[in-house]
Amino acid sequence: MSIGIVQFGGSNCDLDVLHVLKDVLGVDAELVWYKEENLKRFDGIVIPGGFSYGDYLRAGAIAARTPIMNSVKELAEAGKPVIGICNGFQVLTESGLLEGALTTNNYPKFRCEPAFLRVEITDTPFTSKFRKGEVVSIPIAHMEGNFYADESALSGLEDNDQVAFRYVDKNGKVTDEANPNGSQENIAGIVSIKRNVLGMMPHPERASEEILGSKDGIRIFESMVEFISDH
Amino acid sequence: MQYQADVTIELKSGMLDPEGTTIKRALEHLGYETENVKTAKKYTIDLQAENIHAARENVEEMCQKLIANPIIHNYFISLREFQ
Repeated sequence: MSIGIVQFGGSNCDLDVLHVLKDVLGVDAELVWYKEENLKRFDGIVIPGGFSYGDYLRAGAIAARTPIMNSVKELAEAGKPVIGICNGFQVLTESGLLEGALTTNNYPKFRCEPAFLRVEITDTPFTSKFRKGEVVSIPIAHMEGNFYADESALSGLEDNDQVAFRYVDKNGKVTDEANPNGSQENIAGIVSIKRNVLGMMPHPERASEEILGSKDGIRIFESMVEFISDH
Repeated sequence: MQYQADVTIELKSGMLDPEGTTIKRALEHLGYETENVKTAKKYTIDLQAENIHAARENVEEMCQKLIANPIIHNYFISLREFQ
């Protein structure tokens, strides 16, 4: 099994993800520079966080149109798991692999803090190691995390159970106070209709070791690894 | 022919514009009452094309493929011959 971690100019959570996959989980993982066009050797892909291309134009917009993304799309179409974290989520929406858009936080400030999330679905390659409705703590760090989709796209996401995580308070309640960025319906992460592409604003790689204060995030990578082993 | 296009990208109406709201509030601190402040981005693109229709078509395509995000943006193109 091998997982590829895509590096764009300005990616900065790539090494953290590599550390979690390789050193914590003991999985074969590799950084892939965006100029590579063939990702067929990988069983799964991570698009890490950061500020690809300095967030020029729109966060994720330039990265989404690099040739490597065609190969990511092919892997996604083949059913392989693809996860985009933070800037990676922005890249996935900009490239059309996920619906909606991520716009400036309703209070336009960079927010870097712990966040409580409720796990909404467990039938995905990324959330099988959670219980439905479980409240987990995974930190956020972004300024453009305000999830927006037009009415029909939003109801599609809800009807097809594509919302993976919502921002909640510590008791698991969806409230305005628990919403750090103004996202519609407190959405923190969604999956594609085929469920093998996940985008999320919170950073699971920053909650993957005891010393970091939470190990909730590692279960996302563990779920992904188990999915790959089983397929 | 040489053309110059001014492309204006703005958020669709109803979308939150936190930067515009902040500027509106700052204007109030200076004593200016406004109804609304909206932000927009302008890109100036110089290009060659056979004629103005071809130039427009080309810039239109650029907007749809990259410069605007049709989910959240409206865009306007103003085009002129450029010496």
